[in-house]
Amino acid sequence: MDTAQASAVTTKTITFRIWRQDDPAKPGHFDEFKVPYVKGANVISCLMEIQRNPVTVEGKRVAPVIWDAACLEEVCGSCAMNINGRVRMACSALIDKLEQPITLEPMSKFPVVRDLTVNRDRMFDALKRIKGWVPIDGTHNLGPGPRQAPVDQSVMYVLSTCITCGSCLEACPQVTQENDFVGAAAISQARLFNMNPTGKMNSEERVRSLMGPGGIQDCGKAQNCVKVCPKEIPLVTSIAVMNREVTKLTIKDIFFQDEAPKGHGSGPG
Amino acid sequence: MAPAARFTVVGGGLAGLMTTIKLAEAGHQVDVLSLVPVKRSHSVCAQGGINGAVNTKGEGDHPDIHVKDTLRGGDFLAEQVSVKGMCHAAPGIIYLLDRMGVTFNRTPEGLLDFRRFGGTLHHRTAFAGATTGQQLLYALDEQVRRYEAEGKVTKYEYWEWLGTVKDDNGRCIGSVAVDLRTMEIRTFPAEAVCLATGGPGIVFGRSTNSIINTGTAAGRAYMEGAHYANGEFIQVHPTSIPGEDKLRLMSESVRGEGGRVWVPRKKGDTRAPQQIPEAERWYFLEEKYPKYKNLVPRDVATREIFMVCRELGMGINGRDGVYLDVTHIPAPVLDAKIKGVMEIYEKFVGDDPRKVPMVIFPGMHYSMGGLYVNFEADPKTLTPAEGSPKNQSTTIPGLYAAGEADYAFHGANRLGANSLLSCIYSGMIGGPAMASFAKSQGTSAAAMPEKHFQAARQYWQDRFATMLKMSGTENPYGLAKELGDTMTENCTVVRYNDRLKKTIEKIRELKDRWKNVNVLDTGNVANRALSYTNQLWNMFELGEVIATSALLRDESRGAHYKPDFSLPEPKTKDPTQDPEWMSLWRARHEKWAKTTVATYSEAGPKIHYEDIPTPVLDPEPRWYA
Repeated sequence: MDTAQASAVTTKTITFRIWRQDDPAKPGHFDEFKVPYVKGANVISCLMEIQRNPVTVEGKRVAPVIWDAACLEEVCGSCAMNINGRVRMACSALIDKLEQPITLEPMSKFPVVRDLTVNRDRMFDALKRIKGWVPIDGTHNLGPGPRQAPVDQSVMYVLSTCITCGSCLEACPQVTQENDFVGAAAISQARLFNMNPTGKMNSEERVRSLMGPGGIQDCGKAQNCVKVCPKEIPLVTSIAVMNREVTKLTIKDIFFQDEAPKGHGSGPG
Repeated sequence: MAPAARFTVVGGGLAGLMTTIKLAEAGHQVDVLSLVPVKRSHSVCAQGGINGAVNTKGEGDHPDIHVKDTLRGGDFLAEQVSVKGMCHAAPGIIYLLDRMGVTFNRTPEGLLDFRRFGGTLHHRTAFAGATTGQQLLYALDEQVRRYEAEGKVTKYEYWEWLGTVKDDNGRCIGSVAVDLRTMEIRTFPAEAVCLATGGPGIVFGRSTNSIINTGTAAGRAYMEGAHYANGEFIQVHPTSIPGEDKLRLMSESVRGEGGRVWVPRKKGDTRAPQQIPEAERWYFLEEKYPKYKNLVPRDVATREIFMVCRELGMGINGRDGVYLDVTHIPAPVLDAKIKGVMEIYEKFVGDDPRKVPMVIFPGMHYSMGGLYVNFEADPKTLTPAEGSPKNQSTTIPGLYAAGEADYAFHGANRLGANSLLSCIYSGMIGGPAMASFAKSQGTSAAAMPEKHFQAARQYWQDRFATMLKMSGTENPYGLAKELGDTMTENCTVVRYNDRLKKTIEKIRELKDRWKNVNVLDTGNVANRALSYTNQLWNMFELGEVIATSALLRDESRGAHYKPDFSLPEPKTKDPTQDPEWMSLWRARHEKWAKTTVATYSEAGPKIHYEDIPTPVLDPEPRWYA
């Protein structure tokens, strides 16, 4: 049993310091709350308890804390926030494993909406930029897709478990609120679609989308992204694979400018 | 109708996104309203897979057998035409998803792999690890993003649907919604509106559902005149991990891949599960159901686990909980096929289920009931007629429902891996139905007098302004917890009329106390307590529909189990061989093989029953022993 757990058991309350900001334009502050200790509690269940009794340690009645959450089983990607200074999903942050007071702050690389909620539109915009889809002909019945080797499926499956939580952007020293670096999540998605047997047909387009301002060359190779990914997606490998594709295409552009563009590239994988 | 007619789809889960794709593909403009970025919708939580009789295992599977399993699984309360359409479309739907890039598991030959699921004897479930819902949702999300990039779809994420806009004839010509970030209230004119807003799990407090699944939209639509059907049929999933904030689902695929359910034979055995020898373990499902074993339908498995714990007191350490054991399966196999749920257990409980048997208990999971919808049968195929405006239409003209929000496909009990299918299928027929409806109308909704939109907007602006001033003593989240506790206690696995009556009284009391709510937050940015206070009322309405429908149905069928009104056990193993029992069954069937329909009144739901046409399959006793 670690010390955090020991103190939680003896005091029977959990102390939280939570960032409050009513409006993106207004300055913020911390509110402190105490909630009763319950075995198996996580950060979300404590935030729910605060909703039912939004009173600070000073006895001040305040508005309930605003945070994003939906599935509570680490698959929807909503509840990423900084917990004791480290970005992680609040639903799987078990109280027994956290040091107190537990400090909750919004992610810093995205504009705050209110309290712990942020605007992650840039992530979804990045998915548009990299054309993260398989361009099917239509939803009418065309029979099965191409066969795929189980080994390829197992690589693609892991890539496709990205929950767009934003942890990789939050931890990345290259990402700021002011710049438009696409970030590790979208780069890894480009790799996924370039591996798909049909998606591969448009691989050059996706590789090209990673060139230019905000593209893959903004990566500083700090490798923080892979350390914080809650889904343990091999983001650094994805960046390396796509970097190689970008280099290949750059060289091709230099030497084969006059050649007609090919219908499809070979794609990584 | 102009070529680019405008439609609204509410909800960005599988049903909503498939409806959107069908409309956008046909050249229409679609506004998608969603409480959260659509990629975070509750479909993402589905784990086990999607059913389709593709028959790649040499088992002679066929869509007609899928139809039979589904109708039997729902104890003949499902709408038969739509079920037949769904099961026959299923292989094509799985192929479509495959083409969209879903990372389905593969056989060594590179074909789609299929696994076993409950309520069938065939390998019929396509899967992507144990996060199939996530993978399917992402595939549709990606296709919608493509349409969004092309300007055919406009997403309104963090927008909450509040209600319909109707013309003088009661036709739905649009919606009112609130921006959950700026609290702006505005109208969305639409030729037709589809509610693909999921189920009402949060009415039960803790469930396997996402916390956004309050059922608020369906509740409100019901208040505005849409009929709500089969509300009493609530699926309690046999295997979930109890938690403080939610009950985390432990997929049926765990049993599909060989997981076994057991408790120690000796009551109160305190040994660690690994120390208990095989002979001293009671595999109660396998013993009682030698044919289906651990893969009996969910209502059956749930009741058995519930009885073992609550009536026999045989739960682990005398508490609520039985073992779900996969320790006999090699870890690499588990990781290839159900890693997603293995990780959930590991993360949230702390034990490695590959080494230690999991402890699970039933948890509220799914609503078979929902908004009443119509279908038009193609007389030749007995499936929904292609492009008919009737398909998926609610009782409000111009308002459609799809996915878990509709009532049609699952009857008294849903089979595992049929929900992803029904979501996608209902969207596939719902989208074209909405387009046909628009074409059939003389006047476009966009050309309707502004007064209708103005009046609806004003109503909601006033209502929100009034709620913002509520400064009483009741906490809305506290009231929701009381609702959840009473619903879970009395309206889930076992039901008694006296308790159901008390539940209804309790909900009326909560409705009274709602009037004394303190809205807690007076801010005008992302004021969640304000929108929740509004949702809470709609949750009460649905709770009342569920409890009242349960109270009035004096029989046991599928997920609705009343010990006081159950048929006795048949004297023969095959109940059809017991003539006395068969006559009891027939009498029950004649009385109760009907759809429960609730219509709104201020004094409480009015219930009537509708006969269920059975053109596809004649009802028969449902048994799995």
